[in-house]
Amino acid sequence: MTFKQITSPHGHNRQSTGRIMQLVLIATLPGLLVLSYQFGWGILINLFLAVLAAISAEALILKIRQRPIGFYLQDYSAVVTGVLLGLSLPPLVPWWLVIVATVFSIVVAKQLYGGLGSNPFNPAMVGYVVVLISFPIEMTTWVTPVSLLPEGVSHPGLFESLTIVFAGFSPMDGVTGATPLDLFKHSNGLLVDQIYQDNTLFSSASFAGVGWEWANVAFLLGGLGLLKARIFTWHGPVAMLVTLATMSMLFWDGGSSNSPGSPLMHLFSGASMFGAFFIVTDPVSSAVSNRGRLLYGALIGLLVYVIRAWGSYPDAVAFAVLLGNFAAPFIDNYTVPRTYGHNQRRKATAKEEDE
Amino acid sequence: MRQLWETPGGVHPPENKVQSLKLGIGHLAIPEKLILPLIQHIGDAAKPCVAIGDVVLKGQKIASASGDLSAPVHAPTSGVISAIEDRPVAHPSGMSALCIEIISDSEERWIDLYGHTDYKQLSPQEVSHLIADAGVTGLGGAGFPSAAKLDNGRTKPVNTLIINATECEPYITADDILIRERAAEIIQGIGVISHVLDMPRRILIGIESNKPEAIDALREACKSTAIEVVVVPTKYPSGGEKQLVYILTGQEIPSGQLPSDIGMVCVNSGTAFAIKRAVIDGQPLISRIMTVTGDACGINRNYEVLIGTPVSHILEKNKFIRKNCSRLIMGGPMMGFSLSSSELPVVKTTTCILAPSHSEIPEEDPQQPCIRCGLCAEACPASLLPQQLYWYAQSEDHERLQAHNLFDCIECGACSYVCPSNIPLVQYYRSSKGNIINSRNAKISAAKARERFEFRQVRLNKAEQAREVKREARRVATEKAKTSSSSAADIINAANLRAKARQASPDQQKAKLERSLMAAKMRLDEAQERLAEANKSGSAEQQAQQHASVEGARQKVEQTKRRLEELIR
Repeated sequence: MTFKQITSPHGHNRQSTGRIMQLVLIATLPGLLVLSYQFGWGILINLFLAVLAAISAEALILKIRQRPIGFYLQDYSAVVTGVLLGLSLPPLVPWWLVIVATVFSIVVAKQLYGGLGSNPFNPAMVGYVVVLISFPIEMTTWVTPVSLLPEGVSHPGLFESLTIVFAGFSPMDGVTGATPLDLFKHSNGLLVDQIYQDNTLFSSASFAGVGWEWANVAFLLGGLGLLKARIFTWHGPVAMLVTLATMSMLFWDGGSSNSPGSPLMHLFSGASMFGAFFIVTDPVSSAVSNRGRLLYGALIGLLVYVIRAWGSYPDAVAFAVLLGNFAAPFIDNYTVPRTYGHNQRRKATAKEEDE
Repeated sequence: MRQLWETPGGVHPPENKVQSLKLGIGHLAIPEKLILPLIQHIGDAAKPCVAIGDVVLKGQKIASASGDLSAPVHAPTSGVISAIEDRPVAHPSGMSALCIEIISDSEERWIDLYGHTDYKQLSPQEVSHLIADAGVTGLGGAGFPSAAKLDNGRTKPVNTLIINATECEPYITADDILIRERAAEIIQGIGVISHVLDMPRRILIGIESNKPEAIDALREACKSTAIEVVVVPTKYPSGGEKQLVYILTGQEIPSGQLPSDIGMVCVNSGTAFAIKRAVIDGQPLISRIMTVTGDACGINRNYEVLIGTPVSHILEKNKFIRKNCSRLIMGGPMMGFSLSSSELPVVKTTTCILAPSHSEIPEEDPQQPCIRCGLCAEACPASLLPQQLYWYAQSEDHERLQAHNLFDCIECGACSYVCPSNIPLVQYYRSSKGNIINSRNAKISAAKARERFEFRQVRLNKAEQAREVKREARRVATEKAKTSSSSAADIINAANLRAKARQASPDQQKAKLERSLMAAKMRLDEAQERLAEANKSGSAEQQAQQHASVEGARQKVEQTKRRLEELIR
């Protein structure tokens, strides 16, 4: 009797790349729900457009590259990129902006580098930064959280939202406004206490900033779920958040007019939690070893704070992550773990001693 | 409680051990034919010491060890040698190797056995010889000749003897059942080993927590001894030698070294049993305990199988159904290799025959791109970065592979087991290791070739120098002869001698003269042509010149002709 020859190990646990991506998608649900509640239909429209564009762009490129389309779409990585972008873009931006960001992510940042697993930069963040730099006005106009809408004003309904997104109608006055990080950026000369008193964004917040605080909590929850499911290790996100908290503690300055804000506000504003658990944890573009991921996360946390506090953009996760991506191979070189039977760690570029 | 150290990584694949433990150790009918490969161990192949047609007894040596790292092979039953030839053997590469085939006479006639119950009266060296002569090799998987391992241990002081009874591979229960049924003999074997090792200070038996009955049996058998039974948490691959040494002692075997380099020797429990049989009972290693399992087999249990039994014989007796079987594996699911044919024989290192059904171990899903998720690094017991090794293996970057300690990979398969993209990582590492070793060997032979070339250059230079010295001497001698006041006759004499020495055979001279005649004639023709041309159009001076050269050429021709005639005469 003859048998087929197959190399060891025989058998496999049940994890698959597609399943990992699906879990990531599920973990974004709490954040998606909170964002939709706080900011209206715009979020879902963004999400829908981005996912559609991501899948179409991926399929098109796979066809051009003559790869099996169905097989590669099954890994859900394009959907994840679409969802992450949809969640990061401001609600009610014009449709073409979402498409530009997504197509750039998939085509340039991912497929042109060789597709899944070969991209040095996080595709969603590349797409985000491209539109942030190209269309600063659209990208810095956020919708007002639901509880802070003026009397008699509500978020546009689904149909109205669609006309805003596709036909370019302007939303009603009061529907858009500043984010907590924006406020801080543009309130130089005021004591932190004054900023907090003067703005309902802070004065009616539970602990950080209306709308954003709960969105961040939701992303934190989703992230903890992924951590528990062992989709990633704690090193990257914890290092990023701890560094961000430490930096904001160091420069808190007692709430003076120069203070860039409290640790609580930094941890629960903007894309902090989303970035920590859904972007920093992107394994493809991060450092590889646990120690490397500690440094990588810390570097991103540091850069987020530096750009928020002293840069010209209110939030900084996308820039910080891309700079971290640049540094990842460098970090990898110095963070190869110590192997069993060796006295010390080696550099990734170490040369074999001549025998 | 002894302190235990935890190894990094590891996985918990389904154990699948219960199905083969329902029955005790069984025996199979003797097969008609037994096929005995001459290399079943690490090291050099044994050399046949029988001829085709010889009648052999059970336990008779049929091939003897060649060199220090080798092991003899014995006839597992009595019968006739029917072939000594290359046959396919159980090896991951599917290669062929020299095998001896015995046709069994089913009489089981033994050789005379000489047991040494009083082995303590013998020197460690003598006992070690007995073990070597019985063909005992490691039965846990690698097949290192046991005597060589213990000898190596003895040249350096050994303070710790570790008996490996972890059996961390799923499905395999051969050690488990052996311990349950024959713990006392294993302990006797440990006694023999520690005698050979000059009584190591501590003796530890490492066994995984998933074998409660075997643990009890060992504890019972060890009661009045100093042997310590240490239960280690169940985790694959705790049974790897490096891992077990660390779990039990907290010490690591330095990269590229052996346990004996840190004063330890690690022996499998089945090997300890074989050593007991070899020394105390005088029986060579001709059978082993082996698990037959998997859903494609109707019966799952352990057998004491004769070495050389074809796998097909075992499958037949276990209600094997071919169409249910997805692949045939020798060893466990994590490190075992698939067999291309069921005609291959069981060897000393065969722990298990696993015949899984299609649902049990299905075909692998197609490979997806690596997303560097790091699950492999979390699973690696050696703290390697499998995702980086994979990356560099693909680009054949040997330097980076070595910088990432590729050669410390024990090929346990934990990384591939957890890989969500179904990448056969271990296969990449095996192939890269092979490539690196090949290119190292190529480098070594290139270096040797260069050495040879340089040596030749030196030799040629020396010869040239020697010739130069001689020439110089000759020149000086001639000079002297010229300047000295010797008579003209002497000079002529010397010249004649030189000429004579130069003189070649007449045939050669003739050929030479003929060649110069031919050349002279050609030159004459050319000169005449040029003269004709000059006569037509050249100046008087040119004509005169050409005329002179024609005359010169003609003289040369005549001169050569004369000399040729002289020679012929």
